[in-house]
Amino acid sequence: MKVLVAVKRVVDYNVKVRVKSDNSGVDIANVKMSMNPFDEIAVEEAVRLKEKGVVTEVIAVSCGVAQCQETLRTAMAIGADRGILVETTEELQPLAVAKLLKALVDKEQPGLVILGKQAIDDDCNQTGQMLAALADMPQATFASKVEVAGDKASVTREVDGGLETISISLPAVITTDLRLNEPRYVTLPNIMKAKKKQLDVFKPEDLGVDVSPRIKTLKVVEPAKRSAGIKVPDVATLVDKLKNVAKVI
Amino acid sequence: MTSLVIAEHDNASIKGATLNTVTAAAAIGADVHVLVAGHNAGAAAAAAAQIAGVSKVIHADGATLEAGLAENVAAQVLAIAGNYTHILFPATAAGKNVAPRVAAKLDVGQISDITKVDSPDTFERPIYAGNAIATVQSSDAVKVITVRTTGFDPAAATGGSAAVETAAATSDSGKSSFVGREVTKSDRPELTAAKIIVSGGRALGSSEKFDEVMTPLADKLGAAIGASRAAVDAGYAANDLQVGQTGKIVAPQLYVACGISGAIQHLAGMKDSKVIVAINKDPEAPIFSVADFGLEADLFVAVPELVAAL
Repeated sequence: MKVLVAVKRVVDYNVKVRVKSDNSGVDIANVKMSMNPFDEIAVEEAVRLKEKGVVTEVIAVSCGVAQCQETLRTAMAIGADRGILVETTEELQPLAVAKLLKALVDKEQPGLVILGKQAIDDDCNQTGQMLAALADMPQATFASKVEVAGDKASVTREVDGGLETISISLPAVITTDLRLNEPRYVTLPNIMKAKKKQLDVFKPEDLGVDVSPRIKTLKVVEPAKRSAGIKVPDVATLVDKLKNVAKVI
Repeated sequence: MTSLVIAEHDNASIKGATLNTVTAAAAIGADVHVLVAGHNAGAAAAAAAQIAGVSKVIHADGATLEAGLAENVAAQVLAIAGNYTHILFPATAAGKNVAPRVAAKLDVGQISDITKVDSPDTFERPIYAGNAIATVQSSDAVKVITVRTTGFDPAAATGGSAAVETAAATSDSGKSSFVGREVTKSDRPELTAAKIIVSGGRALGSSEKFDEVMTPLADKLGAAIGASRAAVDAGYAANDLQVGQTGKIVAPQLYVACGISGAIQHLAGMKDSKVIVAINKDPEAPIFSVADFGLEADLFVAVPELVAAL
């Protein structure tokens, strides 16, 4: 069984982005870019399934600019067998990415597609579910545990108020939550090996997908700032302030 | 122009997030209908009909809808989607699970986590963990939206008298089934609905200490308990207590952060709280930059002292 893993190149999670002065977006020039952390968990899960012998091949896919090749190399250093880049300079929204992935699902016929539950740049949390709908596959989102047995997967999901377990028939889409696994550190030998792995590049047109954006960003602004508070010297003052100034207790 | 709100419920009652979503739908300016898709959910449908501002409730009932499986709920929404210009879900785990399936099947983009309605096609939403607010405009015929509940006041749960219409439940997708649920049992208010939240971080050091220090404070304040990602990852607190960009987004009247340094991802989940208190022994902790009242102290001393003083 093949597994397709989608990885997105995003601003590194340690970077605090700044809004551009013309309010057209956030400034990502000269900012450190990394693989979306949830996607790293997705790659790790796919590679672990291969190490357990459940999966035969792990294919990493990224959609976006040419530099996404670096993200794919990272995925291959973790253990993905090969990479596919759908290259475009167009702004890609989740629906467009889901359509591109659907085209690749048709081509590669994977038994599982694993994605991060959300990207930490646009915080959309859509692509996995959209792909599942387009490919008419069942979905298990926000996974914290995955067990594959035969043509089914049992997935424990993080939901409001606790955990829930569902069983889905393969092929299926799984999106990862934080507690699914802890991705391994990539080693230098594996980085070197990853450079020699196969990486195919397509254009959206090659896959017959129209990726034009449906949602237009009119402006991007800084959030309202909280006015700076005060430091209190002791617990008694704190209680007094909460009771008599803020009046919240 | 008519909006459809997908109710969050447990078959017996309507969850609070539904009320905030109704307010967002009302801000769009159209008629508001509510879909209650569940099993033996008559009581929830009746409660939905009481919500102020709702003009019609559609109640779809069937065993296939009991567990809220995304495939079946999405099919139920799609069965009536043709009547609506806007379809709104609360941005809860359940809403986020289903909404994109509906959007994709309708071939429309989804607008996630809106915090403000500017016009029927223009909305505001936070991006980059709330470090920027984007104003976005959808060109699609149907707007599929998830609503960040902290961005909208709850609609009044009573005062309305909508008609309840029943709809046939769609058949099972046959591709997924519900196995079980481990719900954290707690007498405390639900995290996203609590007026006061006390939240613990990595500084608590262990699961035992977390309980020992945070529980009395929560009891005293009648508060919900939250945690930072660091505390959850370290196993001090349950997964569903995580407050932050990828956990729960909360905005209580009072948020007390104990031993939480205040990573941007955590701040993203709580900085809209009305009053923030930070107790931390590190004077440089970023949490102090958003706190209304900062107490630079060892939490193991200060928190019990606070409990005693309340």
